[in-house]
Amino acid sequence: MILTYALSFAFGCFGLSILLNLVRLLRGPAPADRILAVDTMVVNVVALIVLYGIATGNPIHFEAAILFAMTGFLSTVALSKYLLRGDIIE
Amino acid sequence: MAQVMDILIAALLVTGGIFALIGSAGLLKLRDGMQRLHAPTKGTTVGVGTALIASSLHQWQLGAGLSLQEILIVLFLFITAPLTALFLSKVYLHSIADRSTLPPTGRDVPWATFDTADEPDQPVLPRRQND
Repeated sequence: MILTYALSFAFGCFGLSILLNLVRLLRGPAPADRILAVDTMVVNVVALIVLYGIATGNPIHFEAAILFAMTGFLSTVALSKYLLRGDIIE
Repeated sequence: MAQVMDILIAALLVTGGIFALIGSAGLLKLRDGMQRLHAPTKGTTVGVGTALIASSLHQWQLGAGLSLQEILIVLFLFITAPLTALFLSKVYLHSIADRSTLPPTGRDVPWATFDTADEPDQPVLPRRQND
């Protein structure tokens, strides 16, 4: 019973976090701010997938979570590298 | 016992949600680019970490064993978060127009990412004295 309430609370918190990140993504003055907003969104989405896994009791979603985490990290590094050097692989 | 486990998982979930919310609110609220880097890299990482630990304990409670996938995701996120912060701080530093506004390094060399002096071809290695 307590787990249901805690799960709903966590869902709300992470969903609200994604909304706040979206505001920063749309406003962000510098490109680095937008990249940081997208990176934080990816981390929050990983958390949402994991919470969904807890809610359904089905461990099949964790592969999706780990793939999401890897893709998010790689895209952040590639975008930063592009902004720093003007090229990704030199 | 199941009650205690439920309370532990619920506490971890609530903590994770609050930390993630603090991280994202800081990303929205703080003034400067370098300040904005602080909140998500610490707060959100801890938030997702506790949520993943809660998930791992939940799997254990269901009798599926302590699943290693969550631990793997936590490890991956904890290793990559500092790397992301390093790259983004370098992007911020290079996007600053006036470098004299940066805080001093306290030495006669500039910040490492702006140090364009040539490196020697052969590094000076420490040698044993009595050769």
